[in-house]
Amino acid sequence: MSYIDSLKIMLGATPKRPTGYTPEAQAMHEAKRQVKGPERAREIKAAHAEHNSHKWRNIRWATLIAINLVFVLSFRFDVQLVEGSLTASRVIGFHMADLNSALQVMLAYKVILINLVIGTTTVFILWWLLGGRSFCSWACPYHLLAEIAEKIHLMLASRRMVVDYTLHRGTRAVLYVVFALLAVISGYTVFESISPTGIVSRALIYGPGLAMIWVLGLLVYEIIFIRRMWCRYICPIGLTYGLVGSISPVRVRYNLDNCLHEGDCRKVCLVPHVLECTKKTYAEDVNISIGADCTRCGLCIDACPTGSLKFEVKGLNKLL
Amino acid sequence: MSDDKEAPHKVAVTRTAVGNVVHNKSRRTIMRSIAMGGAMVGASLFGFFPTLRKWTPRLRPPGAIAERDFLAACIKCGQCVQVCPVKAIELGDLDEGFGVGVPFIPAREQACDFSCDAVQCVLACPTGALAHSISKKEEVRMGLARLDRPSACLARQGAGFKGPARPAPFKGVHRYAAIDRWKPVKLAEYKYDLEICDLCVRECPVPNAITLEPMSSDPGDKRRTPVVHQACVGCGMCEMICPTEGASIVVDIRRKWGEA
Repeated sequence: MSYIDSLKIMLGATPKRPTGYTPEAQAMHEAKRQVKGPERAREIKAAHAEHNSHKWRNIRWATLIAINLVFVLSFRFDVQLVEGSLTASRVIGFHMADLNSALQVMLAYKVILINLVIGTTTVFILWWLLGGRSFCSWACPYHLLAEIAEKIHLMLASRRMVVDYTLHRGTRAVLYVVFALLAVISGYTVFESISPTGIVSRALIYGPGLAMIWVLGLLVYEIIFIRRMWCRYICPIGLTYGLVGSISPVRVRYNLDNCLHEGDCRKVCLVPHVLECTKKTYAEDVNISIGADCTRCGLCIDACPTGSLKFEVKGLNKLL
Repeated sequence: MSDDKEAPHKVAVTRTAVGNVVHNKSRRTIMRSIAMGGAMVGASLFGFFPTLRKWTPRLRPPGAIAERDFLAACIKCGQCVQVCPVKAIELGDLDEGFGVGVPFIPAREQACDFSCDAVQCVLACPTGALAHSISKKEEVRMGLARLDRPSACLARQGAGFKGPARPAPFKGVHRYAAIDRWKPVKLAEYKYDLEICDLCVRECPVPNAITLEPMSSDPGDKRRTPVVHQACVGCGMCEMICPTEGASIVVDIRRKWGEA
């Protein structure tokens, strides 16, 4: 999949079935076609029988909690290791600034602030190296709350108590432009007043306030109506980091060979459109790097019974 | 043969029906997306009400640039909160609109006493919302103190003051250079014994910002009145320390010298 296609899909385009395959991929698709219904069902069942992993989820949750805990504890015990919150901070004296918050501030204030340039450059390089939207799943405290809400939503949905409504994924791209324009025109950081990332991060560090009601409202809405609404369809922070991650060396890589195409990865994924290539006959090549919108959360890697999805670090694989 | 003839027809019908379903479904999704996108933008615009209507006027930390720019330039990180040795700075909440996460000083509860010397909050600010051009407390202009209720002022009655300026459960602190330069003392635990109440003058951190002046030329007249001078930076220390029920002296937020 080309870089441009990956961006288009992130902005809301529907992924297309490939028009051609590499000879190797063609051969694999051909071979898979020979495995008929009952045999395939047996294979899938056998693969799942001995597979139950939460490795990456556990590592990730531990990391996310640790990152936020460092902010909380270093203020509580005044050790000055990390000062500030997720919107902007100093880590052992080095400026860090959340890319989206910094962007909103500069659009609203219309001044290029040198500390913010330093802070955003540091953070840009950091999250470019680490995968872009990995900020979402590995650092954002709202992401963890939303994951818990998602579990409740899915539990209720399985009992037919709630129905999942979807939105068009292009909504986020439109809102991104709207919030940017609002900042420029109004001269206020309009988005920051409703950003659950900033609100939750500050609530953890400085104590909760009324603003948490908004966050809880969002979570309740996600439980009852729209699965992962904020992270999937609205949050401009995700799109900012998605753009950074579109050129990141850290990716999830899909390997066609052993894939049973049963689709468990897509069921757990926050952004299943990036896993379109895991559908039967959708992979144009044997190895495919998953697109920009991927949060590198690793849920699909845990879910995959055949090891067809793995983390990769581009360039490093060749060295090792 | 008849089957062959009908087959394409059937397929065509089914396709159209499926097409309609898909079309309706995607149309509903689009409508829902527009509604939800609108709702989110609407929610974010609610911030205009408290901000433009000035529901919650706030005393900003030292060095804060003009209010409108301040709300824009502040990245809402709270680093200023973290460096303040007397924990004078708090962050705004949802009722402040675009002031969510923006720092302010609730002077009556906990004023800035400049005991950090080098305006630490200004140094901590990553965006210059607290202007870095300020390097010492005398340059700060947060507002101006004003004797709000002259009739309540103890000095104007010629009265003295005994006991803690703000008795418990008041939680505010102050760093007394005379006691311990670094350790803040709770006002509720520090007792005064003054012949005439001069707390606002005594604890003012800025030289020549406020003085007590006699109210008449009669030397036997003990009554004095606090007079605010141009050097006042509006830190709010006098407002916090004032022992009357409801401060007699208050800070007018962002008022400049010569303004009404």
